[in-house]
Amino acid sequence: MIIRHSPDLRYSDVTPKQVYLNRRRFLAASGVAGLALPFAARAAKLSTTKSSNLGGNEKVTSKEIVSGYNNYYEFGTGKQDPAENAPKWKVPSPWTVQIGGEVMKPKTFDLDAIMKLAPVEERIYRHRCVEAWSIVVPWIGFSLNNLLKQVEPTAKAKFVQFDTYYDPKIMLSPREAGIPFPYKEGLRLDEAMHNLTLLGMGMYGETLPNQNGAPLRLVIPWKYGFKSIKSVNKITFVETQPKTDWAAYAPGEYGFYSNVNPKRDHPRWTQAKERRLGEGFLGRGIEKDTVMFNGYGDQVAGMYTGMDLMKNY
Amino acid sequence: MSKILSSKWTKVFLFIASLAPLAYVVSRAFQNNLTANPIEYITHFTGDWTIRYLMFTLAITPLRNLLNQPKLTRFRRMLGLFAYFYGCLHFLIWSVLDKQLDPHVMWEDILKRWYITVGMAALLGLTPLAITSTAGWVRRLGYKRWQKLHRIVYGCAALGVIHYWLLVKSDIRLPLMYGAILTALLVYRWVVSMRKQPPAPKRVPVGVVR
Ligand code: HEM
Repeated sequence: MIIRHSPDLRYSDVTPKQVYLNRRRFLAASGVAGLALPFAARAAKLSTTKSSNLGGNEKVTSKEIVSGYNNYYEFGTGKQDPAENAPKWKVPSPWTVQIGGEVMKPKTFDLDAIMKLAPVEERIYRHRCVEAWSIVVPWIGFSLNNLLKQVEPTAKAKFVQFDTYYDPKIMLSPREAGIPFPYKEGLRLDEAMHNLTLLGMGMYGETLPNQNGAPLRLVIPWKYGFKSIKSVNKITFVETQPKTDWAAYAPGEYGFYSNVNPKRDHPRWTQAKERRLGEGFLGRGIEKDTVMFNGYGDQVAGMYTGMDLMKNY
Repeated sequence: MSKILSSKWTKVFLFIASLAPLAYVVSRAFQNNLTANPIEYITHFTGDWTIRYLMFTLAITPLRNLLNQPKLTRFRRMLGLFAYFYGCLHFLIWSVLDKQLDPHVMWEDILKRWYITVGMAALLGLTPLAITSTAGWVRRLGYKRWQKLHRIVYGCAALGVIHYWLLVKSDIRLPLMYGAILTALLVYRWVVSMRKQPPAPKRVPVGVVR
């Protein structure tokens, strides 16, 4: 990995590298001459100051898979829907993140300001979905605590709630998707402040594709994927455990903590195994044993000592 | 219309057309283009075609009556067998590719996961219907008994819808749609059978002297 220190990198400075065309738009573009490409999604290079492999010896999953197979219910509930629909979304610019609640200094940040808070680095993490598939992704970002420190949480702040951007004009309605929007997720304060909890702005050396949560998302590698909220535009410090989307929708299936736990099955499938996408014969995926905390126990298990993780799943 | 319906070629065409989904997915497999999660994709693909063919099959009789096209019945058996065919593929993908034919793992899944239990019941229920779908079996059983047996198909379709309902995470639009179609078909059958019933005979016991 080439590592270039560029502390003054601004999000808006990064150079557009390539216009990605999905098949349909490509057809439209080639078939209807003179028609401008609607909402071309742009990926831009992001340089990083360092790269850490926290994925172990495992092969990084291809970018095609990571950006072609997503759960992002606002853009459709099928796995291929977000790759099809999200690129049409024009990410608002400037992107702002409103931070408030139990803090001394509530503040709204724009993305350029956030990018300056800490050196942007690459971290390779394993990513385990609650649906028993997994991938290995080279994310780009820095620890979320760099941002959270800025607003000085009060003594009352025990949890942090995150909201995903929502625009009913271009996204599914809550009735269609079956879950409330704006999508909400949450972490305990110590989890949110943990160094592994990444505030992500990119992957594979570039800014995030829309379907992967552009322009700003969380990555919490020891929890099921749905905790790693996408397209965050609001962060609220709260005193009591927030009502998060999936935990509220089906409390018996998705817990608030949702730490990766091979012993605690989902009612409809086992969590003891996972299918690593993109590997094996004809890319059909290989079965792997799921590891407690997705293998990040050394760093995070201490936060849960004395807790019954079968009850607090 | 009725000429097309009675033509041998219509049946041949329908047979080939019904193989199109299979051809499509096989061609995608050869292009190595079965999405990032091929097993999941082909499981869903075959499940979708199973439930669609069940609905097509059940729609034949109401359509026949509503359009007054008795010849439509010629296609019912084939559609039903295609439902069973895609259902078997669906089951084979689950058992061979997903569970690697591990009897212990499969049995545990069937016992533990309601949506699998229900899907399994639906497919097992369709099995005797597929076996007895031939003219020979209609003769052997006698039409009335055969017809009674084949009413099981409604139960299987209902189990199929429940299976789908149980397995989706939160977006219930498609299972809801199949549920609505099935309900409409059942209500239609029920209304027809109510109308057809001969008026109840006056029950005056013989020999009663008033
Ligand atoms: C007549 C019987 C059946 C019908 C109509 C049926 C139909 C379906 C449908 C419509 C889907 C969802 C497809 C989608 O989401 O696009 C599905 C998924 C599935 N079915 Fe079936 N199915 C039947 C029997 C079975 C049987 C016997 C098994 C296994 C024992 C089975 C296992 C599965 C599995 C594993 C999934 C995927 C679940 C998931 O991704 O969460 N099905 N089926």
